[in-house]
Amino acid sequence: MKKVKVTTVSPRQKGASVPKPNPKWGREEETEVFAKRVKLFRQGKISEDDFRRFRLQHGAYGSRLHMDYSMVRIKVPGGEMTPEQIEKIASLSEAFSIGSAHVSTRQNIQLHWVQLEDVSEVMRGLVETGLTTREACGNTIRNVMCSHFAGVCPNEAFDATPYSMAIARFFLRNPMCQNLPRKFKINFACCDLHGLEKVADIGLVPLTKEENGTMVRGFKIYLGGGLGAASFIGHQLEDFTAESRMLATCMATVRLFDRRGNRENMARNRMRYLVHETGWEKFQKMALKERSIVEMTTSYSTAQLFDIESQEDTRHLPNAPRMAKLPMLNDSVTKDSPGFERWLHTNVAVQKQESYFTAFITLGAGDITASQLRVLASAIRDYSAEGVARNTPQQNFAVRYIRGTELRDFYEKLASAGLANPGALTITSAVGCSGTTSCNLAITNSHRLAKEVQRKFLELGLDTDDNLRDATIKISGCPNSCGQHEIATVGFFGGATRMNNAMVPTYTMLFGGSSGELGKAMMRVPAKRVIDTILKIIEIYKQQKSTNETLQQWVSGVSKGRGVGSIKNLEDMKAALAQVIQLPASDIDADAYMDYGSDSRFSAKTARGECAA
Amino acid sequence: MRSLTAAAGKKKAAKTSTIQLPIICDADTLRSLISKKAVRVVDVRKANDYKQEHIPTAISLPLARVLENDAPEKIVSILEELGVSDKTPVVVYDDTFGALAARVAWTFQFVGHTNTALLEMTFKQWKELGLETEESARTFPKAKHSLEVNKSIYADASYVEAAKSQPGKLLVDSRERLNFLTEHIPGAKNIPYTMVGSNGSILRKAEELKRFIENRGIADTTEIITYCGSVGTLSGLTYYALRLAGFQNVKLYPKSFKEWKALGKPREEFKDATYWDLSAE
Ligand code: SF4
Repeated sequence: MKKVKVTTVSPRQKGASVPKPNPKWGREEETEVFAKRVKLFRQGKISEDDFRRFRLQHGAYGSRLHMDYSMVRIKVPGGEMTPEQIEKIASLSEAFSIGSAHVSTRQNIQLHWVQLEDVSEVMRGLVETGLTTREACGNTIRNVMCSHFAGVCPNEAFDATPYSMAIARFFLRNPMCQNLPRKFKINFACCDLHGLEKVADIGLVPLTKEENGTMVRGFKIYLGGGLGAASFIGHQLEDFTAESRMLATCMATVRLFDRRGNRENMARNRMRYLVHETGWEKFQKMALKERSIVEMTTSYSTAQLFDIESQEDTRHLPNAPRMAKLPMLNDSVTKDSPGFERWLHTNVAVQKQESYFTAFITLGAGDITASQLRVLASAIRDYSAEGVARNTPQQNFAVRYIRGTELRDFYEKLASAGLANPGALTITSAVGCSGTTSCNLAITNSHRLAKEVQRKFLELGLDTDDNLRDATIKISGCPNSCGQHEIATVGFFGGATRMNNAMVPTYTMLFGGSSGELGKAMMRVPAKRVIDTILKIIEIYKQQKSTNETLQQWVSGVSKGRGVGSIKNLEDMKAALAQVIQLPASDIDADAYMDYGSDSRFSAKTARGECAA
Repeated sequence: MRSLTAAAGKKKAAKTSTIQLPIICDADTLRSLISKKAVRVVDVRKANDYKQEHIPTAISLPLARVLENDAPEKIVSILEELGVSDKTPVVVYDDTFGALAARVAWTFQFVGHTNTALLEMTFKQWKELGLETEESARTFPKAKHSLEVNKSIYADASYVEAAKSQPGKLLVDSRERLNFLTEHIPGAKNIPYTMVGSNGSILRKAEELKRFIENRGIADTTEIITYCGSVGTLSGLTYYALRLAGFQNVKLYPKSFKEWKALGKPREEFKDATYWDLSAE
């Protein structure tokens, strides 16, 4: 009799020539140490404070008002994920979490409501496919971001991906950054248009320069930016930082922050405050001086730990077949256009590689179920020539290197799992942090609100209106900005306000932000009036705009007091919205006083945040 | 300890006509027992699914039949009707990740049948592996089975209520995390049924299950009572997972949370977070 062997063979990658190797970010021994420490903590042999520090260093946050559960944050450098990793996350989410996973705004993947005792098992599973949670939280260098367009962006000087990976590897578990005054964020962009380089502690944009007749690679480096209760735009350190000095520049900045950062006042200990309080010019001098010291004192063996070459993708990807007729990405569509055409228009971008395309998977505030993850993994295997995907700060996935000839098949495959919603590259793809679904600091349910905005906007077909396309909606559940509300065209952060003698969940609305500019706080809007308020703004914009002016341009103009119609500035805007934000008395419309996802009276409940622990 | 491997089972099978089955029966062992006509295979899927196709020699016993009247006498008469006598090895399978099979296997055990195993995989996986099936419905001559109710694996609401405050006893809720968070029996710990299985197998390996429990600091001498949402299927699977992990004293509360609620017993709720809004459905 023939023996049967029950194994799951990993399917052949139809789309890619050779699968990417396991990146080995994780380490098995860390999972065992974690399990042991949890036991010691439960036995009362480790203090709560000590344990918290340890837990955060390993990427596990306490869940909202219930410390028996954790949010496990999986660090995904550059957002790059293999199909095996995506499938592993699917299984782990089913076994130990809530059956779905969540894309954060910094290219992490988060698993919510994991029992503390199971965190080590999640870690163990992640290590098998090369992922880690190490230093995803705590006072460390957090996930190193890299633009999801890096390597395919038509505007980029060169692919920043291997540099970002090399930096991530250099700092991960590096003794020099295990206990910084506060968390530290590094973002790589592909070009000036697509990245988040100005809102990070260190932001880098690839740049080339001619030197003695040869092109040399380098970066524009921005320091001291960041979003939070008080946000700052980064300052450019110098015109051009040669690639050979990139590591020393990063090390110098981290060292300065470690030495001089504020360790006392938790509310002001991010590096941007240090830069702000020191004054940019002085800080700039200090950084350049520190860099010389780093360059003169770093040992050869330390420098060897920074290895860009080993991070390069050396596979040779085949050319995509030429297409007689290119897909009509730019044709205008309506809400009644065939699904595929609407999706092409709102979810697909060209690459610098001819006949290859990048397609975006529209998620609702970053949520994706285990079964959807499995379909996504299989779609990547079948259709992406690079055989990986990247998650994006807009809380979606980007699948790159899809042959133009196969876009329709790819779409059909996604559609079978509810993953082919349109609108990923438009205003409808609203960003929302976890909010009250899991975060201790949250005041409002920003997560659900972002999904409601998306649902309503897609229903209205706002994704098909090209004048709205470059505008963004981003929502945080408290002033802390995980939802990046300050860089949205229209941003919101949660709070609580007394109205008509009752507490109401409200959002402070900000106007006119973008990735290089912070929005201006304008007025408070009750949670249940946010959607109407945005729709009203769009209506006013349509009456007021000058020819060809997009919503983003118009809002930006108004926020600077440069409106040309009857709405000239934020005061005019406020007056025009006064009506929409009114609430009837609470006995007439009790629902208007409740938050999304709740059927009881609103009260703001928060607990100690762990962002700063 | 009971042997969990196919090889050990098979050697015995060769010598004697009846073997003592482990908790989980793998596909090879079952196929060899089938070819020796030394096993009763029980298909607990819906009658129509059985009619279309089933594992060779399997007989149909839809879970609903067991649930409609699970008085011990009735269950024994069903066993007799299936041609199962006291020592007959029985292997149960389903298409619902093992939960229905577990509930039926537990019921057999409860009335005193001590030789029942769960097939390691579902019928779907059996098919995917290209293993043999048949269409014709089977019947077997009636057998004689004794009735010996095994109270030690059973808990009712009052037992659960008393156990909550007794040291050395632990209540385990097998429902998924969000259902558990929403409401559960006070003091219960959550081991979702989704934790105990893995790709290709209705239960993980014993070492793995042991490690999960060990992580939770549960002593292996603990008495554990499992329950789930309504009829004891999910918790039936957890019952077997805990047995596999080496726990000797495990009980099932088959009427589970549905009855608990209907009786108006106390519940623990967690309302400080809107976790349902994380679901992507
Ligand atoms: S912005 Fe506030 S509510 Fe949202 S995740 Fe961050 S800390 Fe929590």
